[in-house]
Amino acid sequence: MADLSSNFAGIKSPNPFWLASAPPTDKEYNVRRAFDAGWGGVVWKTLGEDGPPIVNVNGPRYGAIWGADRRLLGLNNIELITDRPLQVNLDEMTRVKKDYPDRALVASLMVPVDEDSWKSILDRVLETGCDGVELNFGCPHGMSERGMGSAVGQVPDYVQQVTEWCKKHSNLPVIVKLTPNITDIRKPAQAAHDGGADAVSLINTINSITSVNLDSFAPEPTIDGKGAHGGYCGPAVKPIALNMVAEIARSPSLQGLPISGIGGITTWRDAAEFMSLGAGNVQVCTAAMTYGFKIVQEMISGLSQYMDEKAFTSVDEIVGRAVPNCSDWQHLNLNYVTKARIDQDLCIKCGRCYAACEDTSHQAISMTPDRVFDVIDAECVACNLCVNVCPVEGCITMEELAPGVVDERTGKTVEKEYVNWTTHPNNPGSCAAE
Amino acid sequence: MTDNTLIPGVKSGRLAPQEYAENFADLHPPLDAHEALVAADRCYFCYDAPCITACPTDIDIPLFIRQIATGTPEAAAETILSQNILGGMCARVCPTETLCEEACVREAAEGKPVLIGQLQRYATDTIMEKAVHPFSRADATGKRVAVVGAGPAGLACAHRLAMHGHDVTLYDARSKLGGLNEFGIAAYKTIDSFAEREVDWLLQIGGISVKAGQKLGQDVSLEHLKSDFDAVFLGVGLGGVNALGLDHEDKEGVEDAVNFISGLRQAKDLSNLPIGRDVVVIGGGMTAIDAAVQAKLLGALNVTLVYRRGRDRMNASRFEQDLAASKGVRIITNASPIALHGNGAVREIEFEYTNDDLTPTGQTFRLAADQVFKAIGQTLSDDDLPDLDGRKIAVTGPGRTSVPGVWAGGDCAAGGDDLTVIAVAEGRDAAEDIHATLVPRT
Repeated sequence: MADLSSNFAGIKSPNPFWLASAPPTDKEYNVRRAFDAGWGGVVWKTLGEDGPPIVNVNGPRYGAIWGADRRLLGLNNIELITDRPLQVNLDEMTRVKKDYPDRALVASLMVPVDEDSWKSILDRVLETGCDGVELNFGCPHGMSERGMGSAVGQVPDYVQQVTEWCKKHSNLPVIVKLTPNITDIRKPAQAAHDGGADAVSLINTINSITSVNLDSFAPEPTIDGKGAHGGYCGPAVKPIALNMVAEIARSPSLQGLPISGIGGITTWRDAAEFMSLGAGNVQVCTAAMTYGFKIVQEMISGLSQYMDEKAFTSVDEIVGRAVPNCSDWQHLNLNYVTKARIDQDLCIKCGRCYAACEDTSHQAISMTPDRVFDVIDAECVACNLCVNVCPVEGCITMEELAPGVVDERTGKTVEKEYVNWTTHPNNPGSCAAE
Repeated sequence: MTDNTLIPGVKSGRLAPQEYAENFADLHPPLDAHEALVAADRCYFCYDAPCITACPTDIDIPLFIRQIATGTPEAAAETILSQNILGGMCARVCPTETLCEEACVREAAEGKPVLIGQLQRYATDTIMEKAVHPFSRADATGKRVAVVGAGPAGLACAHRLAMHGHDVTLYDARSKLGGLNEFGIAAYKTIDSFAEREVDWLLQIGGISVKAGQKLGQDVSLEHLKSDFDAVFLGVGLGGVNALGLDHEDKEGVEDAVNFISGLRQAKDLSNLPIGRDVVVIGGGMTAIDAAVQAKLLGALNVTLVYRRGRDRMNASRFEQDLAASKGVRIITNASPIALHGNGAVREIEFEYTNDDLTPTGQTFRLAADQVFKAIGQTLSDDDLPDLDGRKIAVTGPGRTSVPGVWAGGDCAAGGDDLTVIAVAEGRDAAEDIHATLVPRT
């Protein structure tokens, strides 16, 4: 059993698996169940300013998309921040932290963009004994219409300003939660960094309409015939989140800024992927909402087994390990030549590779009357589509052509040297190395 | 076990009343909507799919499954029915394990094919439950066609001709339409009068006038039909049954399996249907299996199916053989009947073991038998037919017989296995050829 203990921006937890600020962390009852199940940390459901409680809709708050067997692939929500009185939440947080001193407890906050509001809530939150605060600049629905959530996260100047206030009025680690509903995630991350943030967490949910009811012609989830965009999360958003995490991790001006990875993490493997791209820990919501808190047991055992197999003694050995391999297109090796290869023993003769290549790609797969499918090297550009559509894992692979071999498509001998677009003769801006 | 289980002889009411209903319930309960979606999702939508090639009626299986997967089973049904108007029955009785599902790439990959037959049933049931008939007739051509025999071949032919705008007169020797769909086939494959409902649904196309109880050669002659109609299609099936060729074959208790099955199919109350305590079925095809399984389900204590060749040569599919075994039917292979014993009614039947090349071995055995069902093949019973090829009507191309203007298809025509789905294909293709002949393309 590997040591999974984590120290994220100075916040310690027995493992790097935290529950994200969301419905599962709205109450003492839920959070106690989460900690009992084994979660390393919890970011409490976002607290707002004191006063009349938040009002939620009384119809459906969630919409979803599913696979064929009702596997939940994506979830969207229009729930607002906690709708329970501030003091109730604070009292519960205090009790929970006292009873689970080894677990991370972070307070998520969202108040209007003025210094007094932030100072006021920080003063209240500090008394709970929590380990840090997370600034919710991410929620894209409802609160954003009131100038909070993603409305702040979309303006780097606001992000920096609020971060500065929070650093000024508390000594707790400040994590800034970013919205993905923005063109370049590095800009708000930089603003958070410049404002003194101890870490960023991302991604929050993505603006979305999950589906449209084709009888009532209303978007889902539907409230009395109308719908408003919600925040999208779950396995479907993972690739978007991975890229945004990597963008920050490899940004030279953001080096050393801890990242809490969020976005569709469902298994230990998802978590390890986020961490390899630079996330110091991960936050989970949809997977818990789909399967319950027990899934953390698989995450713990899976990550532990993986670390043992790799002889990693600390989760920090995973963090950022894939970042050096995240590059730009212009730096990819143009002398790396591969061809698709079909394992005839594994092939079940469905012909999907053929249909995909013949109809939508490069006509590089041949088909005989008795359904033998083969790659035509003279046409194969190694696009990988056949691999992606083949239903048999490992049946089609991309094999590298060794230097010295002639690529039948181009008629050129594969060169050993690394070359990329920046020096390519077709690139008008190329600067040939001389 | 009831008091009647062990009573020798041929007797009705061997089971408790509720057991009849249980035994003759749907062999494969229909998929519900969610099951259908999950099953449909397993389809890989193969290119030039092997399942289509394997289907005698060339149904575009990947397309109809995708239509189910996207929530439009009615469109799926239309895809099916445009190729096979008896797609509902074929979904129930096709030996899919040797046709589409055998060809399914997931059979090759995992031994678990997509449930094509059950998905076809889901789609066709959906449209039939809505009493929707998705086809309409073309403008009237003024041509009249006689279709003789209202089994799968004749029904498919009549429907396709009516669609093309021809006026069809559909003859059948029996008072009820459907042929083997109605009078053959095990009851548990086509419950709730499905065959009858399917015929009623099919006739909604219009333009088909039915003349039931009219037997070719007796009530109506081929010569008469030829002169009265612009074309004739013969789908008369095989009305005769091959004999064992033994002495005393007329003994009480020795019956044709097809008669047993048709009596069972038409029975109002299965508990009134007498069945032997010890039943022996002779043959290795689907009829033999259907008779043996249903004899067991009616409460026979011992049912033995005896086939003269090896198991691999049986016409019944492996699935059917396993079904019989699971119901408690004992299957004996490599044995031929040599004598019927019994004073009056049959009491025992004697067999001799044979080699794979049917050479007698000299070793014999006897089986107790209150009833012996003969299922060793059917034969043409009609006279007044075009030239034969062997024991069936000779045809070339899409069912053209030796007589100009007369087509034939289904079990009565030479070539092709005697399967419902093949009969449908032959009837449909003959209709297209008749249409092309009567209304030449300009």
